Amino acid sequence: MSETTRLTLRGGRLIDPASGTDAQLDVHIEGGRIIGLGAAPDSARGQVIDVSGHWVLPGLVDLSGQVGSPDALSRRELLAAAAGGITQIAVAPRVDEGLDSPAVIGRLRDGARALGLLRLAPIGALTADLAGEQLAELGLLRRAGCRLVGQGGQPIGARVLRRAFEYARGHDLTVVVDAEDAQLAAGGCMHEGAVSAQLGLTGIPVAAEVAALSLTLALATTCEARVHLHGLSSAAGVAMLRAAKGAGLPVTADTPIWNLHHTDLDIGAYDPAFHLRPPLREAGDRAALREALADGTLDAVCSDHRPFDGEAKRQPFARCAAGVAGFEALLPLILTLVQDGGLPLPRALSAVTSGPAAVLGDGGRLTLGALADVCVVDPHRAWTVAATTWHSAAQCTPVWGQTLRGRVLLTLLGGQVVHRLQEPADGR
Amino acid sequence: MPSSITDTALAAALERLAGACAALALPDPLLVGIETGGVWLARWLHGRLGVAAPLASLDAGFYRDDLRLGGLKGQVRPSNLPPSVDGRHILLVDDVLHTGRTVQAALRELFDFGRPACVRLAVLVDRGGRELPVCADAVGLRLDVPPDQRLRLSGPDPLHLELEAA
Amino acid sequence: MSELSGLAQRLGAIQYDAQGRLRHLLTLEGLHRETLEELFTLADSLVEVGARSVKNVPLLRGKTVVLLFFEASTRTRTTFEIAAKRLSADVVTLDVPASSASKGESLLDTIANLQAMQTDAFVVRHADSGAAHLIARHVAPQVAVINAGDGCHAHPTQALLDLYTIRQRRGSLAGLKVAIVGDVLHSRVARSQLAGLHLLGVSDVRLVGPATLVPRRLEQLGARVCHDPREGLDGVDVVMMLRLQRERMAGGFVPSDREYFELYGLTEKALAVAKPDALVMHPGPINRGVEIASAVADGERSLILPQVTNGIAIRMAVLAQTAGRGADADV
Repeated sequence: MSETTRLTLRGGRLIDPASGTDAQLDVHIEGGRIIGLGAAPDSARGQVIDVSGHWVLPGLVDLSGQVGSPDALSRRELLAAAAGGITQIAVAPRVDEGLDSPAVIGRLRDGARALGLLRLAPIGALTADLAGEQLAELGLLRRAGCRLVGQGGQPIGARVLRRAFEYARGHDLTVVVDAEDAQLAAGGCMHEGAVSAQLGLTGIPVAAEVAALSLTLALATTCEARVHLHGLSSAAGVAMLRAAKGAGLPVTADTPIWNLHHTDLDIGAYDPAFHLRPPLREAGDRAALREALADGTLDAVCSDHRPFDGEAKRQPFARCAAGVAGFEALLPLILTLVQDGGLPLPRALSAVTSGPAAVLGDGGRLTLGALADVCVVDPHRAWTVAATTWHSAAQCTPVWGQTLRGRVLLTLLGGQVVHRLQEPADGR
Repeated sequence: MPSSITDTALAAALERLAGACAALALPDPLLVGIETGGVWLARWLHGRLGVAAPLASLDAGFYRDDLRLGGLKGQVRPSNLPPSVDGRHILLVDDVLHTGRTVQAALRELFDFGRPACVRLAVLVDRGGRELPVCADAVGLRLDVPPDQRLRLSGPDPLHLELEAA
Repeated sequence: MSELSGLAQRLGAIQYDAQGRLRHLLTLEGLHRETLEELFTLADSLVEVGARSVKNVPLLRGKTVVLLFFEASTRTRTTFEIAAKRLSADVVTLDVPASSASKGESLLDTIANLQAMQTDAFVVRHADSGAAHLIARHVAPQVAVINAGDGCHAHPTQALLDLYTIRQRRGSLAGLKVAIVGDVLHSRVARSQLAGLHLLGVSDVRLVGPATLVPRRLEQLGARVCHDPREGLDGVDVVMMLRLQRERMAGGFVPSDREYFELYGLTEKALAVAKPDALVMHPGPINRGVEIASAVADGERSLILPQVTNGIAIRMAVLAQTAGRGADADV
C-alpha cells in the first residue's frame, strides 16, 4: 500500500507561514503525514522527488470555489484546483443542493474522499432550504463535519439572523456572511459609480456592503458569535472590519483575488470576464484591500472560482452569470502583489494557506504531524493562460491569454500526488 | 502637352460650345449641371444662352457604379432639380467627358425625377477613352489626355482648365 | 475625468475599421468629431431625397438590412425602415418580444442564423445595456451594426438627429447652454446626447430632475446636476426633454404624474427663465401634461416635428456610411 511508503521532497525552500519557517528543508512524508522536516527522521528509504530551486508550500486553502454539486462533483474542476496548488476548498451552500441536510453533507465529503483530489470543507446551510425562515439543524450539521454555516448569499431577515447567530454560537460554529445586503444590491451587476453611470448599468452601492457589515457586526457583538465575512470589496468595508477587530470581535474576512487586481474601469466595453460578485470597485477600494492584506486585517484571499460555460458568459453584460474561473490564477496573482506591489511574501502566502485554514479550523501548515497537503511551486516560471495550460473547463477569466509568473509543479494530498505539471519548461 | 489650356483657347472652346448648344434648338431647355465643374459651366451657359428656366444641378454621387467597391467617397452635394422632369428637354452639362460613367450615373438620377422628352449632353472637353456608349451632342474642345493625367475645371469665376496628375 | 475618457475611447474604438472608416454605430462615446460632421454633411444631401417624388437613391441597392427589435418601438423602427428603403436596401423586420427571446434562441444565436442569410447590416434595439457592443464583437467583418437603443446606455441616432436639428437652426453648437430634463438615470438618449454635446464643444450642460432620477453622481458624466429647474433652465439655449416612463412611479422614483408635472413639467412659466429664443426638443412620444405642456410642445420654439423629419435623413446617413462602406473594406 502506497500509504506506508516513504516520500521525500528534497532540496526545496520550505515556506510555512503558520510556523514562520522559511528555510532549505527536506520534507519527509509517510502515512499521509509529515514525519520529518530537514534531516530524515530515520534511515528508511523511499521515493525521492527533487525539488531543488523550487518552493515547498502548504497546499493552498481556498475559502470560495464551485466544483459542482454534492452528488455530482466535477472531477475536471477539482483537477483544476489541484493544478492551482489548492488542497482544501470551502464549498458554499446553494439553493436546492441540500446542504441543510447532514446526509447530503456526508455524501459531499464521501464523494470528495472517493475522488481523492481535494479536501472539501462544506459550509452548511444556516436556514432550512436557505429560505431565511427556519433554522437548519445546525447541531447535526456540526456533527456531520461542518465547521462553518452560512446563507450562501441568499437573503435573511435581521431577526432570524440573530437567532441563527445565537444558536450557531452554542455549537461552536462560525457563520459565514456575504458582505452584501440583498435588497440594496438587488438588480445590480457592477459597482455603483461613475462607470456604471456611463455604461447605463444598475450598480451595487458601497452602502450594500456597509449595511450588511453593520448588521452582521452588531449582531456578532450582541450574540458573541464567531463570524467570517466573505467577499469584502470596499474601503468602507475594510474600515469597519479593522474597527471590529480592534474592538476584539472574533471576526475574520476574505476578499477575492480579482478585487486586489482590478477595478470597475476594467469592464471597459462590457467585458463579461469582469462581471463579478462582489463587484470590482474603484482604485481607492482596491488600494484599501491591498493595505488590509498587508497589515493582516484581511485574513484570506479566495479564488471565488465559478466555472461558467460559454453561454452563461455570452449574454449582454447584466444577464451574464457573475463570476469567473480562477483556481489556477490564485497563486500567480497573489505572487504578483509581492513582485509588483510590495506585499511581504509571508503575508501573501499566509493569505492563501494559514489564514484561510484558521477560519476552517485546521490545515494549511507544514509542521511535524500535519497532513501532507503540499504544493511545490516555481515562483519565477512564466506561463501563458491558454487551452493547453488551463485545466478548468471554463475559459472566461480575466487572465485568459495573459502570461503569468508562478506555476505549481506538484500537488500532494495526504502524501499522494494529485497533480504533476506535464509541460516542458519553455514558458508556454 | 500643355499644363493648362490658355485663357484664349478656353474662351474659344466656350464659344464653340455655346454655338453647338444653340444649334440644338431645344424648346424651353432645362439646363442641368453635374457637380461640381459641370455646374459652373452650366451657370455660364445659362447666362450666355439666355435660358429662361432656372438652372438645375445634380450630384450623381449616390448613383455611381463603383459604390459597391469603395463606398461613398467625399462629399455628395444635394441635387437641385424641379419636382418633375416629365416632358422636359434637358441639356445635361459636364466639364469633361471621359469614360462616360458619370453621365450614366447622372442619367440614372435624372430618370428618378420623371420621363424627359429628351436628354442632350453638352461638355466643354471630350477627352475620349469612352467605356460606355455615351456621346456628347455639343462639344467645346476635343483633347487627347494621357491616362495618367486629369483635366480639372476650376471656378466658379473665372473658369480655368488645368491638367494635373490623375 | 481622464479615466472615464479612456473608457469612452474603448467603447468607441470598435466602431472604426482598419482604414479608420465608420463600420458600426453603437454609441457617440469615443467617436471622432469629424465623423459627426461627415454624417451631418451627408444628411444635408439626403434631406433633399426626402423632398423628391421618387424618394430613393440606390446607395444600398442589393444590400439587406435587418431590423432586429427586441424592445417594442413603432417610431424608431419605422424611421429606420423608411431610411433603409430610401437607400434601396432590402429590409427585413424582426420584432422579437422579450418573452420568446428569453425562452428560445440566445441573442448571439439569433444573430448567427440571420448572418447565414447574407445580412449586410443589423439595426438592433435591445433592453440590455451593452447588447449592441456584444453583437458587434460577434458579426462577420463586412457586417455593420447600428444601435437603435441598448438598455439605458446609448441611442446614438436619436442624439445625432437632435444635434443635427439644433445645428440646422443655430449653425454651430459651440458655447450653447443646454438643459436635459427628466429621467436621466435610465435614459440612453440622455447619455448619447451628453456624449455628442461634448464632442461638439458644448461644455455647459445641466441635468435637471428629482434626485431619484438625476442622482448627484451623474455629474461625473461631465454635467451639472440641478434638482431645481429654475436653476437648471436659467439662461439655456436649448431644453431637451425626456419621457417619464410609467414604471418609475411603481419603482418608487417619483410619487405621481401630478407632482412630477407640477415640479418639473415644461410649461411656458418654467421656460420663462431660459433665453427668449430657447429651443425645445423631445425625442417622442410625448406625455402631454406629464413632462411637457401642450402649449410648449406645439409652440413655435418646439423642434419636435423637425426632429422627426431629420430622423430619417440622419438614419439614412448612418446606414449609408456603415452599411455602404464598400466591398474593399477590411475588418
